[in-house]
Amino acid sequence: MAQAAWPLVERRFGHTNRRDLWWVPPLVTFLGLSTFVVYSTWAAFQGNHYEHGPYLSPFYSPLLFGEGAHAWFGPQPGWWPGALPFSAALLILWAPGGFRFTCYYYRGAYYKAFWADPPSCTVGEPRKTYLGERAFPLILQNVHRYFLYLALIFICILAYDVWKGFWFEDGSGGVSFGVGIGTLVLAANMVLLGSYTFGCHSLRHLVGGWRDEISKSPVCAASYACTSALNRRHMLFAWLSLFSVGFSDLYIRLCSMGIWHDVRIL
Amino acid sequence: MQQATFRVWRGEGKTGQFRDYTTDIVPGMVVLDAIHRIQATQATDLACRWNCKAGKCGSCSAEINGKPRLMCMTRLNQLPLDQPVTVEPMRAFPPIRDLVTDVSWNFEVKKKIKPFQPRRPDAPDGTWRMAQADVDRVQEFRKCIECFLCQDVCHVLREHAMHEQFIGPRFLVYAAALEMHPLDSADRLTGLKDDHGIGYCNITGCCTKVCPEHITITENAIIPLKERVVDQFYDPVRKLLRVFSS
Repeated sequence: MAQAAWPLVERRFGHTNRRDLWWVPPLVTFLGLSTFVVYSTWAAFQGNHYEHGPYLSPFYSPLLFGEGAHAWFGPQPGWWPGALPFSAALLILWAPGGFRFTCYYYRGAYYKAFWADPPSCTVGEPRKTYLGERAFPLILQNVHRYFLYLALIFICILAYDVWKGFWFEDGSGGVSFGVGIGTLVLAANMVLLGSYTFGCHSLRHLVGGWRDEISKSPVCAASYACTSALNRRHMLFAWLSLFSVGFSDLYIRLCSMGIWHDVRIL
Repeated sequence: MQQATFRVWRGEGKTGQFRDYTTDIVPGMVVLDAIHRIQATQATDLACRWNCKAGKCGSCSAEINGKPRLMCMTRLNQLPLDQPVTVEPMRAFPPIRDLVTDVSWNFEVKKKIKPFQPRRPDAPDGTWRMAQADVDRVQEFRKCIECFLCQDVCHVLREHAMHEQFIGPRFLVYAAALEMHPLDSADRLTGLKDDHGIGYCNITGCCTKVCPEHITITENAIIPLKERVVDQFYDPVRKLLRVFSS
């Protein structure tokens, strides 16, 4: 390649001539993601208060093993190591967690907020060396599309959870249709998670972006247009869905603990 | 008449310093107007590159208050004038004098990218057929005015000076315009991965933020190219499908 250039002035960490509050967005990202990681880890290790009536916390869905009506394969399996506290969330949370961790939007955001690489645009960095996503470990970010496949399955499962959230026990052993605040919380969460997942950059590529002549396949062209429309607001949906999934768990947890009371609208 | 102070980088080659100039300003002025006024009245030897004054030639790229911007498109009423406005050359390129940098590296990089290679003609008369929708997709990339602000803001070039290993956002946009063109048949993915260092981009999105033509560089050019590289080199299922389909 051509002769390398050099920087005008050697720069210190955090040095910039910017006058705006450049440190606010990475700080907000740091606090937002840290809060979510701390809360979700805590909630995942609790192993209780994850369901209330017909509602199931999205942190525990699908409930592969556990107590209650939502469990797919019955109670805690015998092969679970005794030294490890049992929580059904630990079996599944790696999939949506991996999807978010390898998401193109989150990557750009947490490289800035957690690794200062760079802290913000045109702000001096703490390190001189740089490998990017070209070498281990960050080359593993290329696995994102496989987490997407799993995330799409999770969206279907969460949609089923919303459906189940419409059916309440009527006290005589049967169920009746109804709508509670929890139903709306789970439905909003599913819509926001869906908007985030269906706006994924990898999905945009897979449904048609890989084609140079996308117009030759009307299905691909329509899918690409829909995904692109959601992709333009990917950052917004990334944050809204992060909040909604955490809030859904919190709502069901507090209702289950008797601190909050779910109100039936219908 | 209102006045404003401009803290302008003055230097020869790699050495230099900021110098303050206070000048009259009038409504509607842009930073380039102020630089020209300083040049005309106080610093006749101040070097700056400019041409169209309309945001279309990409000549007057500089860093204004620490942000890469075109001087001709930065209105003074967008800036806080209660303190000096810093005007300095782009940091990602070797300085020549004052606000002028040597951007010739970019032109050398462009020569390394595999040029447009159309497929065989679709019709016996040697012409091609393509849909407007397919061309529209790459049309966005052709808005680039080569101001190199995206190169300047990219931390891989600016902070790490990896000009030998990474071509920068401008040329990823250029490669995307060719790679996604409905008539093009050349393969640039191996080059993008091995020689042009697309893996060095960590998608901070700074290039998109500074583009004066509002090209969605990260979302529409770089990430789609990264995904094509994944298709080719990092996706085992795709590899398997290619083996069976061939």
